[in-house]
Amino acid sequence: MEPVLTRYIREPNSYTLAFFLKHEGYEGLRKALAMAPTDVIETVKTSGLRGRGGAGFPTGMKWQFVLTDTPLPKYICCNADESEPGTFKDHLLMERNPHLMFEGCLIGCWAIGAKVAYIYIRGEFFHVQEILEAELAKAYAQGYVGKNILGTGFDCDIVIHRGAGAYEAGEETALIESLEGKRAQPRIKPPFPAVAGLYNCPSAVNNVETLCNLPSIFINGPQWFAGLGPEKNGGPKLFCVSGHVKKPGVFEATMHTTLRELIFEHAGGMRDGRHIKAVIPGGSSVPMLLPHELDIPASFDAVAKAGSMLGSAGIIVMDDTTCMVWAARNLLHFYKHESCGKCTPCREGCDWLYKVLTRIEAGEGELRDIDLLVSVGNNIVGKTLCAFGDAAATPALTTVKHFRPEFEAHVSEGRCTVPADWRATGMPVAAH
Amino acid sequence: MSFHPLMAYDRARFQKSERKIADEGPPFVFTPERRAKLDDILTKYPPDKKRSAVLAALYLVQEQVGYVTAGGMRHVAGILDLAPAEVEDVATYYVMFFKEPVGKHVVQVCRTLSCALMGAERVTETLSEKLGIKVGETDASGTFTLLEFECLGACDRAPVIMVNNAQWYECVRPEDVGRLVDDLTASKRDPAFSGCHLKVEA
Ligand SMILES: Cc1cc2nc3c(=O)[nH]c(=O)nc-3n(C[C@H](O)[C@H](O)[C@H](O)COP(=O)(O)O)c2cc1C
Ligand code: FES
Repeated sequence: MEPVLTRYIREPNSYTLAFFLKHEGYEGLRKALAMAPTDVIETVKTSGLRGRGGAGFPTGMKWQFVLTDTPLPKYICCNADESEPGTFKDHLLMERNPHLMFEGCLIGCWAIGAKVAYIYIRGEFFHVQEILEAELAKAYAQGYVGKNILGTGFDCDIVIHRGAGAYEAGEETALIESLEGKRAQPRIKPPFPAVAGLYNCPSAVNNVETLCNLPSIFINGPQWFAGLGPEKNGGPKLFCVSGHVKKPGVFEATMHTTLRELIFEHAGGMRDGRHIKAVIPGGSSVPMLLPHELDIPASFDAVAKAGSMLGSAGIIVMDDTTCMVWAARNLLHFYKHESCGKCTPCREGCDWLYKVLTRIEAGEGELRDIDLLVSVGNNIVGKTLCAFGDAAATPALTTVKHFRPEFEAHVSEGRCTVPADWRATGMPVAAH
Repeated sequence: MSFHPLMAYDRARFQKSERKIADEGPPFVFTPERRAKLDDILTKYPPDKKRSAVLAALYLVQEQVGYVTAGGMRHVAGILDLAPAEVEDVATYYVMFFKEPVGKHVVQVCRTLSCALMGAERVTETLSEKLGIKVGETDASGTFTLLEFECLGACDRAPVIMVNNAQWYECVRPEDVGRLVDDLTASKRDPAFSGCHLKVEA
């Protein structure tokens, strides 16, 4: 497939307004502004665009839910928090193609009747934010953002808001809380942001990649977009491949592409002499897949059918040198650290999962600890305000499910039996 | 900082909490430039939603003092019409705010799965040896603080190190660590290391 979102990223100065304008920049916006907002939403619905932030929810439908019958202002919140382990596509888009995101924000604002879009960017992306701010200033100066955009009378501002290091700030209601100057903790839903979001006004939270897809839908038409992938999984998609592959990176392809092709063709396959052990297909929060499960299209629906999720399309590849107890413990450290603390099952459960995994990994566990993991995990799943809880239990539950003998070996041998040449020597496991 | 400005915290008399009390720090007011910057940021939010600027204000405090102090938080609370406790509530939640003095170079190594698979543990271990400090510590001269960080969103260039919340080093191998530390000490930045920016421009 001819790349759409990343076509020019390797060309010098592709991030500048001047370059963007030479390559159909702000043309999608021009077309959208010539349409009534309801027709814009219809077009997005026809395209079948699904959110790229994790849940795969249809974007047109999300916008249609935004309350119109109200005197309150409305807001687009662009989710540029990108903190899901294994995900780095929005990073690339913002670094190399920031105007595409601005254009998408403006189309979104026009569709739902908003006058401001807040881009919530994770605090760690400061080097990206500097680029965004410089480019945004140029877009303002040349009339693409601000008052009377493209001479149509449409006024719209874009504000870049820097986060300060919190994974949970990526969850849509927690993002709104953080934008309001509070701790990034989720709200009880309903009401959904479409009814009461930012400052209790109707809002839509959209991922960066989702918004970046909009201009091409208006330039090339919704049918073109829908036809690019399997049914209900249309459009170009960015896949992030990292871990034990030769050529990690961001790859743009349609969702016809299989996971195996992404790993072995796009990302260059496994390191020499190594073979694949497990793959996390959609960011650390989703269930692992085994080597024989990779011949499926990397689409929202096909990966769900295989028992996992496409999520944020962060594909983490682990080879046979990876100890699965260690991997689960590594991820539980992340979730325990990032749990916002609002719901007890998640706050306490993550801590316990981490402690038990640490014990098993150190060779100090007992056999019943393995069932304890499953029991604690199942007491988190479905019992929290947001999807964080389910995500956090997943690494523990799926590693035990697929690799139970490895856990048992830690207990019976009192050490790790998987050889890894990349681990630290001073870790709490016996020398390999 | 105390929960209420008129009630000085005195552990023995008022409470038994083990909660870490924020460091008072030097007397604090924003420099005129930083105050102007904050006033500018405030124009980006509805006039009655000043609280939205709290993260930006805390970054400015940290830029001025090196970490977020109780005095700085009270000052921010005054500007944004918040209770000091509300500002502290926010400041203590986010990991990019330092709650105590840190070294001149805060070295933050990503430890999450993709970086760990590419050897981040060894990078941290080597850094720890080279600097003579453990993760979470600052060296005696106040030059380096070593921290572990969770996924920085650049897993294809693992392992990733961020310095002072802003400057990135990628694909760092344990054998690069010596050079990285020397460069930071000499306040020079080796271009071969840096630039998360997919550098295509000359
Ligand atoms: C714990 C948690 C973290 C999340 N982090 C992100 C994130 O970093 N970026 C993102 O776009 N969506 C993230 N999401 C998904 C958002 O809640 C939301 O679904 C998404 O931003 C909607 O945008 P979309 O419809 O364009 O996908 C996260 C969700 C959860 C539960
Ligand atoms: S795991 Fe280190 S950047 Fe993602």
